Amino acid sequence: MRRFVIGSARNLIESSRQKYQFERSILSSPYRFLSSSPAADSPSSSSSSSSTMAHPVSLNTINPKVIECEYAVRGEIVTLAQKLQEEIQTKPDAHPFEEILYCNIGNPQSLGQQPITFFREVLALCDHPAILDKSETQGLFSADSIERAWQILDQIPGRATGAYSHSQGIKGLRDTIAAGIEARDGFPADPNDIFLTDGASPAVHMMMQLLIRSEKDGILCPIPQYPLYSASIALHGGTLVPYYLDEATGWGLEVSELKKQLETSRSKGITVRALVVINPGNPTGQVLAEENQKAIVEFCKQEGLVLLADEENVYVPEKKFHSFKKVSRSMGYGEKDIALVSFQSVSKGYYGECGKRGGYMEVTGFGADVREQIYKVASVNLCSNISGQILASLVMSPPKVGDESYESYSAERDGILSSLARRAKTLEDAFSKLEGVTCNKAEGAMYLFPRIDLPEKAIKAAEAAKKAPDAYYCQRLLAATGIVFVPGSGFGQVPGTWHFRCTILPQEEKIPAIVTRLTDFHKSFMDEFRG
Amino acid sequence: MGLKALDYETMNENVKKVQYAVRGELYLRASELQKEGKKIIFTNVGNPQALGQKPLTFPRQVVALCQAPFLLDDPNVGLIFPADAIARAKHYLSLTSGGLGAYSDSRGIPGVRKEVAEFIERRDGYPSDPELIFLTDGASKGVMQILNCIIRGQGDGVLVPVPQYPLYSATISLFGGSLVPYYLEETANWGLDVNNLRESVAQARFKGITVRAMVIINPGNPTGQCLSEANLREILNFCYQENLVLLGDEVYQQNIYQDERPFISSRKVLMDMGPPISKDVQLVSFHTVSKGYWGECGQRGGYFEMTNIPPKTVDEIYKIASISLSPNVPAQIFMGLMVNPLKPGDVSYDQFVRESKGILESLRRRARIMTDGFNSCKNVVCNFTEGAMYSFPQLRLPPKAIEAAKQAGKVPDVFYCLKLLEATGISTVPGSGFGQKEGVFHLRTTILPAEEDMPEIMSSFKKFNDEFMAQYEDNWNRSRM
Repeated sequence: MRRFVIGSARNLIESSRQKYQFERSILSSPYRFLSSSPAADSPSSSSSSSSTMAHPVSLNTINPKVIECEYAVRGEIVTLAQKLQEEIQTKPDAHPFEEILYCNIGNPQSLGQQPITFFREVLALCDHPAILDKSETQGLFSADSIERAWQILDQIPGRATGAYSHSQGIKGLRDTIAAGIEARDGFPADPNDIFLTDGASPAVHMMMQLLIRSEKDGILCPIPQYPLYSASIALHGGTLVPYYLDEATGWGLEVSELKKQLETSRSKGITVRALVVINPGNPTGQVLAEENQKAIVEFCKQEGLVLLADEENVYVPEKKFHSFKKVSRSMGYGEKDIALVSFQSVSKGYYGECGKRGGYMEVTGFGADVREQIYKVASVNLCSNISGQILASLVMSPPKVGDESYESYSAERDGILSSLARRAKTLEDAFSKLEGVTCNKAEGAMYLFPRIDLPEKAIKAAEAAKKAPDAYYCQRLLAATGIVFVPGSGFGQVPGTWHFRCTILPQEEKIPAIVTRLTDFHKSFMDEFRG
Repeated sequence: MGLKALDYETMNENVKKVQYAVRGELYLRASELQKEGKKIIFTNVGNPQALGQKPLTFPRQVVALCQAPFLLDDPNVGLIFPADAIARAKHYLSLTSGGLGAYSDSRGIPGVRKEVAEFIERRDGYPSDPELIFLTDGASKGVMQILNCIIRGQGDGVLVPVPQYPLYSATISLFGGSLVPYYLEETANWGLDVNNLRESVAQARFKGITVRAMVIINPGNPTGQCLSEANLREILNFCYQENLVLLGDEVYQQNIYQDERPFISSRKVLMDMGPPISKDVQLVSFHTVSKGYWGECGQRGGYFEMTNIPPKTVDEIYKIASISLSPNVPAQIFMGLMVNPLKPGDVSYDQFVRESKGILESLRRRARIMTDGFNSCKNVVCNFTEGAMYSFPQLRLPPKAIEAAKQAGKVPDVFYCLKLLEATGISTVPGSGFGQKEGVFHLRTTILPAEEDMPEIMSSFKKFNDEFMAQYEDNWNRSRM
């Protein structure tokens, strides 16, 4: 029919990916001084009267919270990798490897993962509805994608996909998402509880803004955590109250640990306002057991905490995922019992549409006056991008059995999921075989977070190089193999333990090379530093 | 039941202080009425495509192809997509890091930022550095990011024009800063008098506020005035003397409806002024795909360009941008297309020019129709909409009406606008949402309703206004004869 093997278009994107990595490094890194200004951090040396006063936008006069906050995922190790990449492009023999293997960021489509065709068909039609009336369109698009596009356009006033929508997102799309949540959980969802956002991050920022009044307000966060939370809390002037996940039990979340941290912070005068739970975990990958979730819900209810449930990493091969909404409702807890905000995004899963910036939060358990305030803050930005809104609704209502696109959709989805499972297993096994390395299974999410016991000599070498030991390991690994991991210190870890985060996203054919190079490097590293 | 988690009392006070009238009381009432079946004409927000303006064809073709790259492999794609759209889609796909679904550089796709820099250079005659251009999910997000850097606390003041687009007041409230108002002169076509600026700064400093930044909206929102080159020079000199960073909101730069004062960018004037000023004054300029003749509000595409911001500070701003990973990629492509338009000879060029001119010329006519329509009412005085997308007529309300408003617990212009809404379905934003001089009232409407609907809208307004005035002013009917 109309589907062709993605040929030259795929090549186009492929070569753009490779060029991207190269060009990024050419166009200077953020940690190098820009050539357009002198080396000192001031724009000019020749100004007269106002040069005695520091400029408003300079390092020591800007908001200190901006300086304080950190975000390791796009940090130092990546900058280094880009520099090396640049060097290889100009001199192929410069390093003992031909390419950089990026395992640092959950950006599947930058590593060759293909988007789901049906979703893209619908989005393309919504972007350019003028072609829906043309007969030729039938030959280029599947019938059900055309139908779905019409359906969606009919939910948009005037079919105007270029207009600002309702500040919570287009009503019809929220209806679809609510229905999807209900189908998933078995409990009703109200479209008026849904706020569509440009990815999950703005939603997290919004909640932090509401919750944090001063540094006396604390937010309980898992360690290790995805550093959006630490950054957002710092930016909003609050206090991060850490709770440690238990590596020994597959990164389990113990309520006793939560209680302990809560009490400690309260004794220091901190008002703990909310609990962040990332399920499936990032970077840890674990899926919480239902019993565990029930205890967490109970804890939040008893202590008067808002439960902030980041559930965007859900792609779960074996273990079953239960949303916190489902768990709370199954316990008989409703709107009056527990304040729960659940975050979702289109960036992960088998769809991996990071660049679209689509996501939503489902907000339940707050009074009308609080809801009004949330709406008000959302309205200042008017609305999230429409294409991302549409995608969020598609993800929550994909093709069903009997739909024309169902077979190809499920083949694409299953292909991606099974490939991810294979890659996860291969990498897990590889890590587990390394001396001094233990690796928990990737139960969900697309990350592995192995622990490495570094010999004393290595730790000393790291200190001499003024680096955290895991950062030192990662840099040595990069220099020897071209593989990019993110040091565990970027996510937090029990002091004295070291980890690194590795995504399971590199293309399947590259995995053997990663395993071989990593294994060889690790052996020689341990040979060098073993007691 | 356990303790209450988050309630109104325990919420961040700054959030409570935020007001954003554009989607506030009037809009919510209008939405309620719409649900009840009343026909509403939403003129509360600059949202052209919601009022019938069609998207430009070419960018939609390009982005659709980028969404579904498998189309490019189909031999029949040429039947519904022109060759230049196909070529452009390939061009933008090659600039991405894996298509539309991959996070780009946190500052935006380098190739697109280069196109923005080239656009700025063509426009102003001075080179622009792509490294100092950050793409954002709409200009509003960029404004918020920059204000977040500037505002350290209550002691930090930001000069904001009155009337202003309430993104500024809302953001300053949210970040706990102080808004330092400077009044535009309605009788002088909403002109900016530097003496007003000086006075505002002096008053703020007297209160112990450190004035850090100055916002200009050029062309103005809601006022529409276009700043002259002389005005811009005065402003830049002022910022130089007072050590203020200038925030140039230039999102309406394509919307100019008079020829006396074409758009000149703050950056051009700054560069024209030469050193030391050109190397010293800090400037952040904002632009968007939402306005102009593109009106692609729903894409959420914008950028800011930094001038004279030191490298390490740029790094910090980059760091903050990286927390959100990247701006949405489709909008970045819209931005590229906007700054890098079609050229004569391109297959789609004629259609593109026809569509663009059609929109701009119609906007110019509608600006005139609306201004004249308002001015034909005895109690309404309306400055001509020189630029942007709004009309901001002044309503002279009689004492009885003001009293009635007070009785109803409403600010007089809110009272008037609610009555206007109920009578005619026209949904406006009261002037109090933008700021105005004490005792002076306005409403803001857009010039965006379809041209063919304009005469009826204006006569509907006039009918309501005359009835309102007859109700609240003695001798209204007699005085009109």
